[in-house]
Amino acid sequence: ISHAVRDCYDYFRAILRKDERSERAFELTADAAALNPANYTVWHFRRILLKDLGKNLQDELDYITEVIHDHPKNYQVWHHRRVVVDWLRNASDEIDFTRLILTHDAKNYHAWQHRQWVLREFDLWDAELDYIDDLLEEDIRNNSAWNQRYYVISKTSKFTDEVIAREVSYTKEKINNVPNNESAWNYLRGVLLDTEMYKYSGLMTFCEELFSQSIRSPHLLAFMVDCYQEMLNAKCEDKEEVLAKALKLLKGLEEEYDTIRCEYWKYLSVTLSSKYAGKLEQSSS
Amino acid sequence: MASSFRCTDPCLHLFHAGDCGLPTSSSREQKATEDIVANCFRYFKNCLDIETDIPMLHRRKHEAFLMKGLQHLSESYECLDASRPWLCYWILHSLELLSIDLPEGMASQVAQFLAKCQCPDGGFAGGPGQLAHLAPTYAAVNALCIIGTDEAFKVIDRPALQRYLLRMRTPEGAFKMHEGGEVDIRGAYCAASAARLTNVATKAMFDGTAEWVVSCQTYEGGFAGEPGLEAHGGYSFCGLAALVLLGHERLCDISALLRWTANRQMAFEGGFQGRTNKLVDGCYSFWQGGAFPLMHMILSKEKDDTLSADSWMFHQGALQEYLLICCQHQGGGLIDKPGKPRDFYHTCYCLSGLSVAQHLTEGRLEHTQVTGCASNEVKRTHPVFNIGLDSVLSAHAFFEALPVP
Repeated sequence: ISHAVRDCYDYFRAILRKDERSERAFELTADAAALNPANYTVWHFRRILLKDLGKNLQDELDYITEVIHDHPKNYQVWHHRRVVVDWLRNASDEIDFTRLILTHDAKNYHAWQHRQWVLREFDLWDAELDYIDDLLEEDIRNNSAWNQRYYVISKTSKFTDEVIAREVSYTKEKINNVPNNESAWNYLRGVLLDTEMYKYSGLMTFCEELFSQSIRSPHLLAFMVDCYQEMLNAKCEDKEEVLAKALKLLKGLEEEYDTIRCEYWKYLSVTLSSKYAGKLEQSSS
Repeated sequence: MASSFRCTDPCLHLFHAGDCGLPTSSSREQKATEDIVANCFRYFKNCLDIETDIPMLHRRKHEAFLMKGLQHLSESYECLDASRPWLCYWILHSLELLSIDLPEGMASQVAQFLAKCQCPDGGFAGGPGQLAHLAPTYAAVNALCIIGTDEAFKVIDRPALQRYLLRMRTPEGAFKMHEGGEVDIRGAYCAASAARLTNVATKAMFDGTAEWVVSCQTYEGGFAGEPGLEAHGGYSFCGLAALVLLGHERLCDISALLRWTANRQMAFEGGFQGRTNKLVDGCYSFWQGGAFPLMHMILSKEKDDTLSADSWMFHQGALQEYLLICCQHQGGGLIDKPGKPRDFYHTCYCLSGLSVAQHLTEGRLEHTQVTGCASNEVKRTHPVFNIGLDSVLSAHAFFEALPVP
């Protein structure tokens, strides 16, 4: 532990104990925060001083911008920014600022968290889908961008029939380009959360076509299993055939295409069999 | 012999993630990581020709690393560091998993240090003289329960802790991490864990909490830090464990959570990633791996008789191989992935994940599956609190005897 840290800490503690609301106390919080930006007590006291001394909040925003650039993965600095922006009631810099941070690390969780707060708090949704298109154009595997797509739609247009159709076709195209991209498959499932996937126009055909092109991505196979399970749930005709297809896919996943998850696929097989095979035997006998 | 390891299987190369002919920064980073891991696996395979007791957990080295950290802590200097109870917990839990007893007087010293981190208005701070915070409160309570002496238990000012937790509650039942601090799903877990261990929970304290936690479950199936964000391993564990603690696990979509969590195990590396299309990291061995015992318990409660009696629903062998072959630092301590620096956080969660991968405990059922030499076996951890099973039992014995304040 260096002398500088020690002195700064002793000084800060003395000021905290006295609850000294002064300019020099305010300056000291910056020194202390520089030494350890994760010290939430320092930031908390700094916010008290910001209010008490009537500091210029725009200056504070400039200051925290610098600190975040140096420490983009720290909880306290992002929370501080959120409070300052909230006090300012001005989020004009926030979209550009988070975009800049995400340029360096497109999956920075804190940046996305801040961006989502800004979007909903200040109603800034208009350009967000275009931004996400850009990000996905750049990296189709950016799961944070897929998640943001889901978030924006659920907060704006909502998943109406037209939006679902648009999103399904968008996602299908992305899957065609990169069939093993789990982000796209998860998104597809999410979009169709309240819809029966097996009935969705063209979707089964889409999967079967990929399958016939010898694509054996576990995400494709798993998606097909889910469709078959829906059919079984809906008491479809040809139950035995559908169950057999599902079990065959599950066996392929367990033994060949996705062996790391063999226990999981085994469990789904057993569950599916116990749920539907017994009834089949009864009905056929 | 060699064929019993997944990482020496000649077919393993089939499980490289690949890029479908369209590389992006995600797939490039993934490939670089797989290359590093493949090197470790290759080196291990060569060693198999001359050594028989591998992979081996380097207990001595880890012990030395941990004891040095503990010594450092007990000097108990005061500084700007705001995660000192965390350090106590990470080190004590690691030592506990390795069955290493604390040196004479050390337990008492750590308990006294944690007492200095306790705030007059309740809860524990990141260090002496700082503001109370839910994360160090969780860590301090866990650490004191691991120490497990009357002296340690009595450090906790339970009435004050109860008042503190009630002050951190938001009207909807979420928890802020500290006065004026951020609200996220960690708060719910830290509060529920500390309250349940010390027997200070009340109905009013967690009114609405389970519903708020469930609103953090995403379309992918895992939980996010707050509603709308991306599913994430650390937050997902917090969400699930909080629901279990509150007895409301049935509110979440368990099959979606199971699918998402199962898919986080990396097909080539064997370890877990924190989010979809991100890189493997040893610490998720616990954050993701630890969710499996919880899900197993939930499903068995629902009388699911199709559950396996001797395996969790992830590849326990592959995880142990990743941890033992790729995550041990040469000088002791465990790490995120090869080439990363060691720290107590990763040491704690790699060992916790190793424990989950070795032991299946379900009611009276017990099944142990240890990869490598027999001395690799570490102690069982409690999948909700992540402290030793014995530690949970003695804490319950002490605190359940006291009335809720």
